[in-house]
Amino acid sequence: MSDQKKKKLTPVQQEYHSLAKKREIQRPVIKNCVKAFFVGGFICFIGQFVQTFYIHFFDFNERTAGNPTVATMIFIAILLTGFGVYDRIGQFAGAGSAVPVTGFANSIASAAIEHRSEGYVLGVGGNMFKLAGSVIVFGTVAAFVVAIIKTILGQWGGL
Amino acid sequence: MRVGHRTWLFHNKPKIIGTGTICGPFEGEGKIPNDFDTIHADLWLGQDSYEKAQKVMFEEACIKAIEKAGLTKEAIEFILAGDLINQITPTSFACRTLSAPYIGLFGACSTSMEGLALASLIVNGGYGNNVLAGTASHNTATEKQFRYPTEYGSQKPPTSQWTVTAAGAAIVSKDGEGPIVTSATLGRVIDMGMTDPFNMGGAMAPAAVDTIEAHLKECKLDPSYYDYIFTGDLGTIGREIALDLFKKHHIPVNREQFQDCGLLIYKEDQPVFAGGSGAGCSASVTYGHLLNRMRQGEIKRMLVVATGALLSPLSFQQNESIPCIAHAVSIEAGGVY
Repeated sequence: MSDQKKKKLTPVQQEYHSLAKKREIQRPVIKNCVKAFFVGGFICFIGQFVQTFYIHFFDFNERTAGNPTVATMIFIAILLTGFGVYDRIGQFAGAGSAVPVTGFANSIASAAIEHRSEGYVLGVGGNMFKLAGSVIVFGTVAAFVVAIIKTILGQWGGL
Repeated sequence: MRVGHRTWLFHNKPKIIGTGTICGPFEGEGKIPNDFDTIHADLWLGQDSYEKAQKVMFEEACIKAIEKAGLTKEAIEFILAGDLINQITPTSFACRTLSAPYIGLFGACSTSMEGLALASLIVNGGYGNNVLAGTASHNTATEKQFRYPTEYGSQKPPTSQWTVTAAGAAIVSKDGEGPIVTSATLGRVIDMGMTDPFNMGGAMAPAAVDTIEAHLKECKLDPSYYDYIFTGDLGTIGREIALDLFKKHHIPVNREQFQDCGLLIYKEDQPVFAGGSGAGCSASVTYGHLLNRMRQGEIKRMLVVATGALLSPLSFQQNESIPCIAHAVSIEAGGVY
């Protein structure tokens, strides 16, 4: 916990925090990182395999094969979400299954499934982007900022 | 009669004459499947939403309790119940089919003992003869409300707990035979400034210790008076912290005597992280497993302390800390069964 947060606590609360901290089971960070690395890598490996498949058997080149590959990965992720498997992979892999496009698909599909009971419009439609919405918003904002920096440096800065 | 500041002694011996406990498939695979009256193999219970499933589960628990007490629905005079879902709708909806006057309660996971304490108070005071107290929780309905969608692939930390899919109901009566509710100590809201919603045990432990301490002091009892002190859903972490706090406050509660309902319900190899939680956890374990052990003569006196974290998804997103509460009810074996 940050020091600033701690300052707001009374001495009794602070004492309790340090007592409770000792009993808290820590996240196995290194183990989680290793798992995330390998599962994330494996998902990308499958993606690469799918891309090669499209290039080899269909009329795609390395540039155009991206779209059908992403679509296929999303399809698989949504299927696994629907079958109730993806959340188990997520518990095991953490960021490994959350960071690739499959994690994004899972966040949308899981919210859509969850809120199906409230109807199609207010339930599915209204809640689908409950988790993914912030990714889209901040992804767009970040892209905008980066584009401005690139424009300033590239066109006017003469880099 | 009240002793001390917040303990009620029940001299007219309100008894728990009937109980009903219902659980879901995951709990059925746990450590105490034989103590449930009905185990559902389907998490949906044949309904089209999890909230409806919880409603049905609570209904079934009530009906089972009434049946086992040898009563009819009409004999129930008051219902004191609640749950964790928004505006406690599953409980209120379930009470549509039970025609008795209904008092909705919210004490998060402490609702079970809050209900039992109030039901005993009504019966002890002569304001009712047969009062039903109960609560239910459903894993996925609770996850949906408090955390992420159930199929979302997030990684839970080892401090998190697993919400129990179970319902428990008990009928407290003036007449009949059964375990006697002897006293109850009501909890204060305790806030130790904990903010992690994935560490409920750590947030709730001080509330449990506060209530137990008050109970022992006000009843002038030594912890050894009780065969067991059961907490509702502290889990492994909360239990360890509570034991540390007892040591610090010089209260001689020993490790074997201090058990947790959230740790009794599941097997060690089930992936429930730090243990079970939820309103249905303490209700179903107490009314099923613990009262069965009492009927078998294994437990003579026990103190059940249901702990609750009084947070909402909104409050923790607004960076509020998690206030907690714990209610204790003392149950003693009495008479012949």
